[in-house]
Amino acid sequence: MVERTAQMIFTVCASFAILAVASITLYMMISGTPAIFKVGLKDILFETAWEPTGAEPKYGILYVILTSVVGTFLAILIGVPIGLMTAVFLAEISGKYTAAIVKPAVELLAGIPSVIYGLLGIYLLNPLMYRLELVLFRDSKTHQFTGGSNLLSAVLVLAIMILPTVINISQTAIESVRKDIRAASLALGASKVQTIFRAVLPAAKSGIVTAVVLGVGRAVGEAMAVTLVSGSSVNLPLPFNSVRFLTTAIVSEMGYSQGTHRQMLFTIGLVLFVFIMLINVVLNRILKGGGEEK
Amino acid sequence: MKEPTLYIKRKRPLEAFVMGIIYGASAVSVLLLAGIIGYVFYHGFSALKPEFFTNVTSELKGTVGIAGNLINTVYIIVITLLIATPVGVGGAIYLNEYAKPGRLVRMIEFTTETLSGIPSVIFGLFGMVFFGATLGLDYSILNGCLTLSLMILPLIVRNTQEALRTVPDSYRSAALGMGAAKWYMIRTVLLPSAVPGILTGVILAVGRIVGESAALLFTAGSARALPRLGGGLLKNLERLWQKAGKPGGSLTIELYLQMQNGEYETAFGIGCVLIVIVLVINGLLKLVTGKMTKQ
Repeated sequence: MVERTAQMIFTVCASFAILAVASITLYMMISGTPAIFKVGLKDILFETAWEPTGAEPKYGILYVILTSVVGTFLAILIGVPIGLMTAVFLAEISGKYTAAIVKPAVELLAGIPSVIYGLLGIYLLNPLMYRLELVLFRDSKTHQFTGGSNLLSAVLVLAIMILPTVINISQTAIESVRKDIRAASLALGASKVQTIFRAVLPAAKSGIVTAVVLGVGRAVGEAMAVTLVSGSSVNLPLPFNSVRFLTTAIVSEMGYSQGTHRQMLFTIGLVLFVFIMLINVVLNRILKGGGEEK
Repeated sequence: MKEPTLYIKRKRPLEAFVMGIIYGASAVSVLLLAGIIGYVFYHGFSALKPEFFTNVTSELKGTVGIAGNLINTVYIIVITLLIATPVGVGGAIYLNEYAKPGRLVRMIEFTTETLSGIPSVIFGLFGMVFFGATLGLDYSILNGCLTLSLMILPLIVRNTQEALRTVPDSYRSAALGMGAAKWYMIRTVLLPSAVPGILTGVILAVGRIVGESAALLFTAGSARALPRLGGGLLKNLERLWQKAGKPGGSLTIELYLQMQNGEYETAFGIGCVLIVIVLVINGLLKLVTGKMTKQ
């Protein structure tokens, strides 16, 4: 009797994850779709004007979506090479003592709350960006000055924030490469660098791709760090434009939104959710594929 | 002309360059961390007066302080762990000890993976409409805790699973062979050996909770009030319990609000407190995992 009850309870506990994901999906659909029916899918996804509080409200989020895509892409472009090289260092090159400095630093970077990254972004990075902006656009008559709150600032913050994810996952991947692959390459006369780049990294490919995909997930979903840093107007994602991401649109407008505007924010949430689910499915594919190879 | 010989190492300038890049990239993390901690303390240190920890920020009284937010954060940590730890450990026990490989297990593993990939804004939105509107919790600490429980569930499940996996099968067969029932075996043999692993998950979860902001903004709100006390022990306990039903902003939320208002000194002050908490959590983690590897 006790045995049965125990097993039942454990099964229920385990099913909580399924229940949670199912209800999150359900509720995102329920609260995200009304605005789609009201405004029309085409007017939401392919229009660029976002004027939710205007006399004739417009709810086009094309620029917002583009900003998330471009911002994430740029953050990956900066963050992944640095992260991957750090992982190579930790897995292949570092001695006991240097690893004892770098590894804890990476762990701590992962633990620092995102609001602190945001605080540093707005206090330190934005003024620097503003100076750069002043120099670059000195003679431009069309440029709208943003005070440094622009896409580039947000990208830098995101690139730093995905570092720990990329480093940890790719380090594990590199370390799990079989010893004989290294030994074979070295024995053939390849140098250490050649061994790393020609033999080890290709063998760790699927793990590194996983790291990149997880990094994408982290960058797409980050909100609080970039809300204030990226400025707050909906614009084409050019480096020195003040932009709005999917996540920051939700955070910065939820407080005062009403009616269709509020429903629209949930639709943005739904778009973000679809992005994340796609990333998850891709990730699942990679992990399964990697399993079959072995 | 020099004879080429095996004993002279060929110089490869390109490789030296690549090595330079690798070293440089690794230095980035260390420098960033040192820079962040140094910068936050440099700007926030002046805010860290004793009153900062005992006062509540109020424009009416002209006071600045984070006492209310500290208490809210403690509330959120304790209640979230009380909800998520039993469920997470139970789930891990099912996956590791009872489940037979099949569809259900694959589903559970996929959803656990998914849950850990969902961004906190989405958790916030979900908490707002489900716990807040549907269950009627509105903006409250309890709402925030329930939302965060979903978020940290994967951490606890995964670390407990890891820990259970390292318990040798001989323990299980020994206990079962002596006639112990399965639940008795789990309770007296498996769980005690898995404690360090579970603890690792819990500490990681605390770190996640302390650093979380987007999910709390829409669920737990941003109030700063201290719980009112007075009127006997029972009354006090009741009041402390009632506080969980009211809105309460964590340290991160307060930092965000102060930063939004341009009160950077206070914001950096809270940043210092958060960084100290993160350092302590990492220290604890080292202690626990160190014990584990010794075993």
